[in-house]
Amino acid sequence: MTNGLLELFTIFVLAGFVGYEVISKVPSILHTPLMSGSNAIHGVVVVGSMIVLGSAHTGAEEALGFIAVVLGTLNVVGGFVVTDRMLQMFKSRQPTPKGGQGAKGDEGGGS
Amino acid sequence: MSRGTAIDLCYLVAAIGFIIALKGLSSPRHARAGNLLAAAGMALAIGATFARSGLAHIWLIVVAMVIGVAIGVPAARLVKMTAMPQMVAAFNGVGGGAAAVISITEFIGSDAKLVATYKVLEVVFGVLVGAVSFSGSAIAFLKLQELMATRPITYPGQQQINAVVGLGILGIVLTILVTSSTALLWVLLGLALALGVIFVLPIGGADVPVLISLLNSFTGLAVAASGFTLDSNVLVVAGTLVGASGMLLTRMMSVAMGRSLPNILFSAFGAVVTATGGEAGDANRAVRTGTPEDVGTLLAYSRKVVIVPGYGLAVAQAQHTAKELADALMEKGVDVFYAIHPVAGRMPGHMNVLLAEANVPYEELKEMDEANPEMPTADVALVVGANDTVNPAARSTPGSPIYGMPIIDADQAENIVFLKRSMRPGFAGIDNDLLYDPKTTMLFGDAKDTLQKLVAAVKKA
Repeated sequence: MTNGLLELFTIFVLAGFVGYEVISKVPSILHTPLMSGSNAIHGVVVVGSMIVLGSAHTGAEEALGFIAVVLGTLNVVGGFVVTDRMLQMFKSRQPTPKGGQGAKGDEGGGS
Repeated sequence: MSRGTAIDLCYLVAAIGFIIALKGLSSPRHARAGNLLAAAGMALAIGATFARSGLAHIWLIVVAMVIGVAIGVPAARLVKMTAMPQMVAAFNGVGGGAAAVISITEFIGSDAKLVATYKVLEVVFGVLVGAVSFSGSAIAFLKLQELMATRPITYPGQQQINAVVGLGILGIVLTILVTSSTALLWVLLGLALALGVIFVLPIGGADVPVLISLLNSFTGLAVAASGFTLDSNVLVVAGTLVGASGMLLTRMMSVAMGRSLPNILFSAFGAVVTATGGEAGDANRAVRTGTPEDVGTLLAYSRKVVIVPGYGLAVAQAQHTAKELADALMEKGVDVFYAIHPVAGRMPGHMNVLLAEANVPYEELKEMDEANPEMPTADVALVVGANDTVNPAARSTPGSPIYGMPIIDADQAENIVFLKRSMRPGFAGIDNDLLYDPKTTMLFGDAKDTLQKLVAAVKKA
């Protein structure tokens, strides 16, 4: 085991704890956007794809690297655009607490 | 400061951005800003990568990215809100595929005989998890798009086949670790793709959202593995963040459905299958159908009407018409609200998004826990294109695949009206006894059509 590996492993463990702690309480209406948003974040794989294609020596590596960049780019742009479209739907909402304000009165008075 | 250090600093800033973005995405107020921040971090990371010294084939990279953008942006922009879940599945799958391809390419590019065992392990992990995520997401996409059966798919010898594939993968992984054979890595890729398929096939349509969340987490881990292979901090951080938070999110989603994760993943094996098959003979039981005029009058003279929207409403693009009906009823002084099941639609929160699109005020949407206590006092439960989320079998039939899932108690309302296209079972593929209840009236047809007729009838009443 090299020092470099140990360093990466340290980052891995710490990032795991951060990922687990950072999203403690998520309201169920945000489950889908959160999934979609984190889907976009792992699109960072495109950076790895670029490095692979950028250091390709043989035709086979170039071809595989090319595929990886296309797939990674799809992941990034698709992920962010879909998430943004979902979240756009929430923007007109007032931040009123949704709990128990007498819906009866509100809606009855709508006439 | 050398160029390499500057690039690494950019990666650090991007990683911090991802962490803050995840935090933002979990609160309604900061969600959109969070997403934009993550996108900015991603742009920074990509830009910094272009500045790496010795990066060859830059034009090839640009061309590949242009292709990705040219496909990805229109696909994400043009897809209907109802089809969002399968788009998430698709974009997740390609990410997993990219991670697997990266791992393979790094392996064949290096002198296999000299590679340390831990490097091989990282590659094997990246290929395995990335490929499972890729093919699993593909099957999830097909199920959500209804290009294949949504009910759990089981076949004879399923468990044996799973065992063979599982053992085969284990054996090949061990052999690769010893021999560093490139040929075997391709075999592993094939088997991992097969594993993704057989892993997802037996999972029922209604559970697919939880599955996508799990696969999303898998892709994160695969990306982290490629990060190890490439010695890239930013890949390890971002991949691990998504892997860990995705696991937690998957658990929260299954809790929202009242199911445990093992139950969702493996419930198709065993007693459940026979219970599903046994109820198929109910098709010729009597149901009561009504006319829109009857139902319109019933609604107009009710005190409290609860609209229970489901995926059918979204498919028919009827959310605007549903709002019209609600407005017409409120004008008559009827108390109206929407009861939203946590997994109404195809994903948790999906229905809230769709109704928000139709400008339904937030206050009229009630989550299940809030709505259920009011159901016994409701005169009419108007179920629009929902089925499984009001199926009493979830409470009463222990053998049912949805047993234990919390439901909207539509059966406790004075009258129940179903707007449905047909008697076809819902996404979970099981029959609903509530359709045959004496209190139930069926209105068959396209939800939008029927709702329009109801609006007219209510206005006349």
